[in-house]
Amino acid sequence: MNQPDSSYPKFYLYKRMVKAKLFIDENYKDNIDLNNIAEEAYFSKFHFIRLFKTIYGKTPHQYLTAIRIDKARLLLGSHHTIAQTCYDVGFDSITSFTGLFKKIEGKTPSEYQRQIRERQERIRNTPLQFIPNCFAEQKGWTKNRNFEEVL
Amino acid sequence: MITRMNHVSIFVLNQESAYEFYVNKLGFKVHTDAPMGPGMRWLTVTPPEQPDLEISLMAIEEGMMFKGEAAKQMRELVKKGTFGFGVFQCNDLNATYEELKAKGVVFKKPPTKEFYAYEALFMDDSGNWFSLGEKEKK
Repeated sequence: MNQPDSSYPKFYLYKRMVKAKLFIDENYKDNIDLNNIAEEAYFSKFHFIRLFKTIYGKTPHQYLTAIRIDKARLLLGSHHTIAQTCYDVGFDSITSFTGLFKKIEGKTPSEYQRQIRERQERIRNTPLQFIPNCFAEQKGWTKNRNFEEVL
Repeated sequence: MITRMNHVSIFVLNQESAYEFYVNKLGFKVHTDAPMGPGMRWLTVTPPEQPDLEISLMAIEEGMMFKGEAAKQMRELVKKGTFGFGVFQCNDLNATYEELKAKGVVFKKPPTKEFYAYEALFMDDSGNWFSLGEKEKK
């Protein structure tokens, strides 16, 4: 039993909701059944969805989708293919992943990946373009204009 | 007239550990992570819903910014919790407090009703502290 160490009312409700949210954060790759999460948190499904939305501004399902798309952005920025990314973040179909990604991000996963790789390349080759000069000067970085030589 | 702030610095003891704290515990996004030569790195993060405010996690190192003893003095001051760097906002303070505590974030003050706001105070991995408040609920 957790100690009543919190100074605000109904802290035990928050602890249960946070536990459910962290469960989604950790298991987004799997086929999560939101009914099970509600039961695990000792809430009815209706009460769970309502409380979750009040706290996080999204229903549990919307939150799960947001987490998956967020993780997909990270994977697309690394060396994952679109198919790998799709399955690694918990989608079953590349078509539905691509459609949802475009709806949320405004561009297809391949277009997003192309742009993010171009940006990474520019950061590697010309990092000073990404740093306000006042900071770069304070650090003494403006003297090393050719970063390919010092890396 | 000045209209916006788009960069701000937080001085940290170790950038790798700060990355772990701000990205993996607080959930901030990496904006730019650029190696700047041996042992040097430009690392900025943004709050999840504020992608145009870059927070530079600035390592305290002896060099042009901190000359001579200044770096050591600055490190000591940061470690002692001298600096409060700002106020962050969340949707629900109680839930965020419980989540961050579960992730090991140290709080100097739990959610408390003050005359000015409902707030908590937490420390980063270096010793910098921040106020955490919540968006006004309608």
